[in-house]
Amino acid sequence: MNEWLDKHMGRLFLAPAVTLILVFSIFPLVASLIMAFARIRFSAGGFKVRFVGWRNFEKQFFGSEQFHLIGTFTQISLLGWIFGLSVTAALLWWIWGYVRRHFTWFGFVGRLITLAMGLGITWLFAGTLLSGNLFGTIGTTLFYVLVGCAIQFVIGTALAYACSKNIRGKTAFRVIFFVPMMITPIGVGYIFRMMADTTKGPFSNVWQWVGLGDFSWAADPWAARIFIVIADSWQWIPFVFIMMLAAFESVSRDLTEAAELDGAGPWQSFREITWPHVLPIAATVMLIRAIEAFKIVDLPNIMTSGGPGIATESVSLQAYYAWRALDLGSASAIAYILLFVTVVICVSFFNLVVLARVRKQP
Amino acid sequence: MSTQLTPKRSIFEAPAIGQMSMATKIVLYTLLLIWTAFVLFPIYWLIITSFKDAADVNQGPFFLPFVDFQPSLHAWKELFVTDYEDTLRAYFNSIIISLSATGLSVLIGSMAAYALSRVAYAPNLITILFFIFLLAMTGVSIGIYGVDWRLAAAVAVALFFFLARAVGNLYQFRLHNGDILFWIISQRILAPIVVVVPIYMMFQTVRLLDTHIAIIITYAVVNMPIVVWLMYDFFNSIPRDLEESAQLDGATMIGTFREIVLPLSRTGLAATTLLVMILSWNEYLLALFLSTTKAQTMPILVAAMNAGERGILWWSMSVAIIVMIIPVVALAIVLQKYISKGLLVGAVKG
Repeated sequence: MNEWLDKHMGRLFLAPAVTLILVFSIFPLVASLIMAFARIRFSAGGFKVRFVGWRNFEKQFFGSEQFHLIGTFTQISLLGWIFGLSVTAALLWWIWGYVRRHFTWFGFVGRLITLAMGLGITWLFAGTLLSGNLFGTIGTTLFYVLVGCAIQFVIGTALAYACSKNIRGKTAFRVIFFVPMMITPIGVGYIFRMMADTTKGPFSNVWQWVGLGDFSWAADPWAARIFIVIADSWQWIPFVFIMMLAAFESVSRDLTEAAELDGAGPWQSFREITWPHVLPIAATVMLIRAIEAFKIVDLPNIMTSGGPGIATESVSLQAYYAWRALDLGSASAIAYILLFVTVVICVSFFNLVVLARVRKQP
Repeated sequence: MSTQLTPKRSIFEAPAIGQMSMATKIVLYTLLLIWTAFVLFPIYWLIITSFKDAADVNQGPFFLPFVDFQPSLHAWKELFVTDYEDTLRAYFNSIIISLSATGLSVLIGSMAAYALSRVAYAPNLITILFFIFLLAMTGVSIGIYGVDWRLAAAVAVALFFFLARAVGNLYQFRLHNGDILFWIISQRILAPIVVVVPIYMMFQTVRLLDTHIAIIITYAVVNMPIVVWLMYDFFNSIPRDLEESAQLDGATMIGTFREIVLPLSRTGLAATTLLVMILSWNEYLLALFLSTTKAQTMPILVAAMNAGERGILWWSMSVAIIVMIIPVVALAIVLQKYISKGLLVGAVKG
C-alpha cells in the first residue's frame, strides 16, 4: 500500500486540481457549447432540449438581437470608410510582412485568426461609432477593457514609480492605495452612485456651480460609460500599482545609480534601464487585468442596470439578462461569443507582445 | 570616470546621486496626496453616510458629523438588532464560504503547483480527450435524457478503466508540465458567465443548490488558476537541496511537502491566500446564481438593499459595505508585508 502510494504520489498531488477543473470548468464549458445550439424549455419536473443548429448565433449576429450585441448598421460614413480601409491596409501589410520574412503554417493560421478578429472589430467600430450609429454590448465591453486598462496602467504605473522612490511614508501610501481593491465591486458601484449624484452627492455644489445641477449621469450614454470606467479604475488601479511597485523595486538600485554617476539624467536612466526591465512585467500585468476586465458585470449591473437603453451593458451582463429571461440557448451563445473574443484578443496579445519580448532576448 | 567631484555645493547644483531635487519632491508628494484623497474620500463618505438619517441624506450634501448633521446609529441598529438574523446569516455564510473556499483552493492548488514544479509528467492527450468525451456524454445523458446520475457515473468510470489503455495506444501525443500548467492557468480566461448555467444545473441535479458546499467548490475551482500560477513560480524559486536531502533520508513526497516546502513558502502562501480570500469574499455573479436564501452571501445582501419600495436605503447599505470591508482590511494590514514580497515572485518572473 505504502509503496503504491509512494510510486503514484506525483499523480495524486496533481489529481485533485485536475479533477476539479475538469468537472467544474471543462465539463460546463462543453455543456454550455451544447446548450448554445439548443432551445431549452423548462417544464414540470425538468427541461426539454431541442437542437436548433446555429440559430442562436444567427439571431445575435444577423437577426433580431443584432443591435444588442454588435450594434445598428445603416450606411458607413466617410470617416468610417477612411478609418476602416486604413486599418485594414495596415493589418494586411502586417500579415504580408510576416509571410515574407518567416513563414510557418502554425504561426500563419494563428495570425489569420488575429487578423480576422482585428478586421471584425475595426469594421464594427467604423460601421457603428464612426458612422453615428449606436453600438452594442461588444463595443461597450471593448470600451471598458481598452479605456479602463489604459487609464489603470498609466495611473497605476505612475503611482508605483513615485512610491518606488526614496520617500517618507511609503508603507502608509502602500496600504491606503491598496484599499479599493478589497471592497466588493457591488460596494464600489453603490459608493460611486453616491459620489456621482448631482443633487445630493458630495460634489453637488460643484455641479450646480458648473451649471450641470440637473444633469444625470445615468441618463447620458457616454457619461454613464465613463462613470463606470472611473469606478472600475478606482477599484483596479491598486492591482496595477502593487504589481508595478514590486517590479520597480526589483530593479537594482546599483544600476540606476551607476548610470547617474556616468552622467545620465533621471529621465535617461528611467528610459534606458528601469523601463526595459519592467516592461515584460507590465505586459503580463496588463494581460491579467484585461482578462479580468472582459468579465465585467457587477458594476454596470449595479450602477446603471445596463442603461440608458443598452448603452452600458457588457456582454456578460447581456448573457445574464438572457438567462434571467430563461433564454438559456441565447445566454450560452452570447457567453461563447464573449469567450471567443476574449481568447483571441488575449492570446494574440500574449503571443505578439509578451512572448515577442521573450523571443527577442538572447 | 575622469571627472573629479567638486567640493563646492550650491542650491542650483544637481542633487547628490540617489537623492531628489526639491521640485521633484514637491511634485511627487502632491501627486501622492491627491491620489490619497481620491482613494479615501469615497470611503469617508461611505462611513459618514452610515451614520446619517434619511433626511440628512436626502436634503443635500452634509460633510462633517456633529457640525453639519447629528450622527445617529439607527442604520447600524436596524441591521444588527432588527434584521440581525438576515445580516448575521449572510455574514457567517460569507465567512464560512470564503474561508473554506480559500483553504481548499490554496491547498489543492499549491499541491498541484508543487507537483508541476518537481515531478515530470507526460500524459497522453488522446486519453485525456477520451476522458473529457466520456464526461460530456455522462452529462448529456443525465441532463438531457434523464438517466439516473449514479448509474451514469458508474458506467462512465467503468468504460474509462476498460478502454483508457486501448484508446491511449491508438496514437501517442504526450503533454508536458508546461502544457498542463498553461492549461490550468488559462482557465482564468473563462468568464464565469460561460460556465455558470451548467454548474447551476449540475448542482440542481444533485440537489446542492443554495448550500455552502456548492459555492465553496465553485469558488475554489474559479480561483485555482491564480493559486497554481503564483505558487508555481514561488516553488520554483525555493532551493531544492533541503528536499533532496530529506528524500535521501527516506521522507515521502507528502512529508517533504508538509514539513519543508510549506514552511519555506510562507510569504507566497500569505499573498496568495489574501488574494484568493479577497476574490471569494467579494464575488457576486456566481453567488447570485447558486444561492437563494439559505446560503446567501454578503454581496447579495448588499445588492438586495436596492429592491425595496422605499428606493435605495443608502444608510443601511453603507453599514453593510463597511461591515464587509473591515475583515478584509484587517487581514490585509496583518499580511501587509507579505503582499508585495509574495506577489513579486510571481509577477517578476511572469
